[in-house]
Amino acid sequence: MAIRVFLLLLLFLSSAIVSFSLYEDQAGLADWHQRYIGKVKHAVFHTQKTGRKRVIVSTEENVVASLDLRHGEIFWRHVLGTKDAIDGVGIALGKYVITLSSEGSTLRAWNLPDGQMVWETALSSAHHSKSLLSVPINLKVDKDYPITVFGGGYLHAVSAIDGEVLWEKDFTAEGFEVQRVLQPLGSTVIYVLGFVNLSEAVVYQIDSKIGEVVAQKSMVFPGGFSGEISSVSSDKVVVLDSKKSILVTIGFIDGDISFQKTPVSDLVENSGNAEILSPLLSNMLAVKVNKRTIFVKVGGEGKLEVVDSLSDETAMSDSLPVADDQEAFASVHHEGSKIHLMVKLVNELDNVLLRETIQMDQHRGRVHKVFMNNYIRTDRSNGFRALIVMEDHSLLLLQQGAIVWSREEGLASVTDVTTAELPVEKDGVSVAKVEHTLFEWLKGHVLKLKGSLLLASPEDVVAIQELRVKSSGKNKLTRDHNGFRKLILALTRAGKLFALHTGDGRIVWSMLLKSQACERPNGISLYQWQVPHHHAMDKNPSVLVVGRCGSDSSAPGVLSFVDVYTGKKITSSDIGHSVVQVLPLPFTDSTEQRLHLIADTVGHVHLYPKTSEALSIFQREFQNIYWYTVGADDGIIRGHVMKSSCSGETADEYCFTTRELWTVVFPSESEKIISTLTRKPNEVVHTQAKVNTDQDLLYKYVSRNLLFVATVSPKGAGEIGSVTPEESSLVVYLIDTITGRILHRLSHQGCQGPVHAVFSENWVVYHYFNLRAHKYEVTVVEIYDQSRAENKNVWKLILGKHNLTAPITSYSRPEVFTKSQSYFFAQSVKTIAVTSTAKGITSKQLLIGTIGDQILALDKRFVDPRRTLNPSQAEKEEGIIPLTDSLPIIPQSYVTHSHRVEGLKGIVTAPSKLESTTHVFAYGVDLFYTRLAPSKTYDSLTDDFSYALLLITIVALVAAIYITWALSEKKELSEKWR
Amino acid sequence: MDKGKAVMGTGRRWAIEFSDQSTVPSSRDILDPPGFSRASQEQDDSANSRQKKDAEANWKLQKAWEVAQSPFKNLMMMGFMMWMAGNTVHLFSIGITFSALWQPISALQSVGKIFEPFKDNKVELLMPKLVFLALNLGGLALGVWKLNTLGLLPTHASDWVSSLPPPQEVEHSGGGFVFH
Repeated sequence: MAIRVFLLLLLFLSSAIVSFSLYEDQAGLADWHQRYIGKVKHAVFHTQKTGRKRVIVSTEENVVASLDLRHGEIFWRHVLGTKDAIDGVGIALGKYVITLSSEGSTLRAWNLPDGQMVWETALSSAHHSKSLLSVPINLKVDKDYPITVFGGGYLHAVSAIDGEVLWEKDFTAEGFEVQRVLQPLGSTVIYVLGFVNLSEAVVYQIDSKIGEVVAQKSMVFPGGFSGEISSVSSDKVVVLDSKKSILVTIGFIDGDISFQKTPVSDLVENSGNAEILSPLLSNMLAVKVNKRTIFVKVGGEGKLEVVDSLSDETAMSDSLPVADDQEAFASVHHEGSKIHLMVKLVNELDNVLLRETIQMDQHRGRVHKVFMNNYIRTDRSNGFRALIVMEDHSLLLLQQGAIVWSREEGLASVTDVTTAELPVEKDGVSVAKVEHTLFEWLKGHVLKLKGSLLLASPEDVVAIQELRVKSSGKNKLTRDHNGFRKLILALTRAGKLFALHTGDGRIVWSMLLKSQACERPNGISLYQWQVPHHHAMDKNPSVLVVGRCGSDSSAPGVLSFVDVYTGKKITSSDIGHSVVQVLPLPFTDSTEQRLHLIADTVGHVHLYPKTSEALSIFQREFQNIYWYTVGADDGIIRGHVMKSSCSGETADEYCFTTRELWTVVFPSESEKIISTLTRKPNEVVHTQAKVNTDQDLLYKYVSRNLLFVATVSPKGAGEIGSVTPEESSLVVYLIDTITGRILHRLSHQGCQGPVHAVFSENWVVYHYFNLRAHKYEVTVVEIYDQSRAENKNVWKLILGKHNLTAPITSYSRPEVFTKSQSYFFAQSVKTIAVTSTAKGITSKQLLIGTIGDQILALDKRFVDPRRTLNPSQAEKEEGIIPLTDSLPIIPQSYVTHSHRVEGLKGIVTAPSKLESTTHVFAYGVDLFYTRLAPSKTYDSLTDDFSYALLLITIVALVAAIYITWALSEKKELSEKWR
Repeated sequence: MDKGKAVMGTGRRWAIEFSDQSTVPSSRDILDPPGFSRASQEQDDSANSRQKKDAEANWKLQKAWEVAQSPFKNLMMMGFMMWMAGNTVHLFSIGITFSALWQPISALQSVGKIFEPFKDNKVELLMPKLVFLALNLGGLALGVWKLNTLGLLPTHASDWVSSLPPPQEVEHSGGGFVFH
């Protein structure tokens, strides 16, 4: 009954507040937003004497951004679409940032100071080709030198002022691949160098004014080219031949082609295959051979000569002119925990202009890229600053022997996220630094009181806001009573694990994955390995990071176990087999380590941890463990069951073979799997019953072994609108993964993917495109258990004579029925998630990541199959919303309020200890965190509850009671004396 | 105040009784006036007192019946209030319902006390008491009925299963797309 009252109260509360919303002054109290740009690909410095010093960067996350060189802050930033990869970036006319993207088909100019787009030009493109951008360095600002762009088989000259295409030259001839477009400084001739079938070098001379071919020369090279090319000067390039053993210098002075062959073995003894490195150095090239980097000077007649040799792990910048016609370049190499930055003159490698040694965090890995920039110091000498990109994708600015600033750009490419608890606050652990003194506490409350009584001055308001942001020790590194303080563990594409604090989003620790077997394993996924809560409290929790040496699926896996409190690696093992799937099992051993099965490519599964205790637990449940694979290519879902221990010489007792049990085959001519989804394994469901308005009872079919599969007809697998409604259909299935039984099948004619779905408790909500209505649709499917429906006798239930809590098996063939409903939805969706709470009592909200990179919170009540056009009074009281054809988008229910999580990829929710509240973490290029209370915080007072007001009221009441008592005594006395 | 009264009471040292109520001719030598018969007065007095006692018993019975029937008015009133409060759970309806439950219970507890003043050898209090009890039980029933209409009584199957967690599953399965 108490629960019923509670639920009713809850319902009442939740129906009273239709949408989640936030007051202006509440923004930033519980949420934080971090802006990133991703791993930098290109950087162009802009250090004019006037104006702020900045660097323009383009990144692998398709971001073009302008960074402050002093502090590393973002001046402005544009995130281009996922298919709009940036090929080149430059500065034109001293005021426009030019970007070439989408394989050389889109050229854009952005205003340098504020990042507004000035013009955009779509360039014609015939086929896939290299895309090259060359922005002339302007000598005179008023003169418009055209930008030359090569992309998609065409050479374009584009005016930098308005983006107008001045001329266009077709290079789409069969087999012809343009390699370089060169324009000597101040010349009106553009050289276009390309290879025909990688065996014939062709040079076109083009008049840069009109775009006409002035001359064309070609010459066949018998050995063939490999395609790796480095331009060493405006009339010379160096190429490797097809065997990668001969360096060929191609000179094309005045249009005459000449080859000069130099075998690599002449330069270095015992040379293996050579590789030309990317940095552009004048009259020199860097070649990687025999795991060393050699510098080869190119003489006047194409003669090659080794001038220096460095260790393999050296990163170099392009050369850049310094005073007196000299060119200099920067190189960075590691030595222990230090890095050495050296700037040398290209012509005299012994002349080191700058040598700096900087202590570097081990967890940043190697230096990947260096961008150098020089500036004139006050004493007129050259100063250098270097922007370096590390292996973990972080970006650092080095200047005067120190790291001026650093940006953790690895966080722009998060691949997997989990949460972890903070340590319990122990006696003797001093955390008092964050706590207020009593006086400060009182002062704060007096300020708040002033605010609530509307007495606060503007300064007070600012102080109150500041106080609230810093309030209540939310940044402490210990567990709190409500579970609001947690660690978010994020694994990045670079293989680095970050722990972020939910209070303010700061990095508590970070760790780069390492392995003996390979240099740097790729991070794949994260699992909770050990979550001690009952009898292993003295242990620290740990996570399992599954990685792989190499990108191939058959590459050997690497497991790392990381202590969550300290960020230290406990152990790391090269497991010697491949990793295609990881199955966390619902069993833990006596130290609360979770059992995991790791499947490899040959169909074996391996049990972890490798202890005899784990093995005995696993043996006990051996018959009940199943494994399924989804073959997206062949359209087959296969179910496997454990068979026996592995045999063979490499096998150990923790390896097991599997046997195929069932298959679900989708006809390849009509259906193609585009999406599969299961429930989150750690989701908590409070009840199995669903009570309808008239006390009618439905039993939810809550199973972890349900798989949602969406298929489309193969024609409809492409872009939206590429097929007619008659050609495309979307079919969704609910499949039991133990028996392979299809529990439900629903077909949508004339609909198309992409399908974004969310699966929670007994319902699935999915989003797709309806081609007939030209609108997006959202469908909800709720699945109920018919076989339990007879359990309706009150007396049996009171006396406990029912089998509702008895363990169930999928082989009992439960009868299920579903209810579903569809609605239009106005927005295109990137991802959908659902809130999760500690006990699963609080009503749920769908978190919809929209195409605008915002997160919309939509009450589950809006996607309820029980909605009807005219709900009865009782249904209305229960909170059933009248049916409408489309789902409402309430502007106040954007949980990201004014922020955008650029490049949104995923949303993760995690429960806090307080039942009403859930943590929401969204990642993409940006990171965003907030706490949500889908039914408002019914179980706690709000942050802005004024304790001071309460205290004062109590004090005033006590005082009033005392005074009136004293007065009455007095009056009585005088009464008696009368 | 009581204290003051008491002081005044005990402070009385002497008093004159003006009315003579003795039935026998006084010891004083003064004769009764002619035509005055002490006996008749005596007779009258006894008849009077009997009458009075009867009247009092009647009055007590009447009052006891009144008290016994008083919950009926209450009942009507409660019914009206409940009707006004509606069938949704909110502060008002919960307050009304709980007062409707509490009043009969407290009344039932203090049945003896309520009928104490009407206790008399001659007064038959059983019937009024029974009526009182019945009416109060009626009130209680009304309260319980209201509680039920508010949905606060666990009379449905849903009340007993809503806290049952989903059953454990025997089999466990995992998998999905392979890692790329």
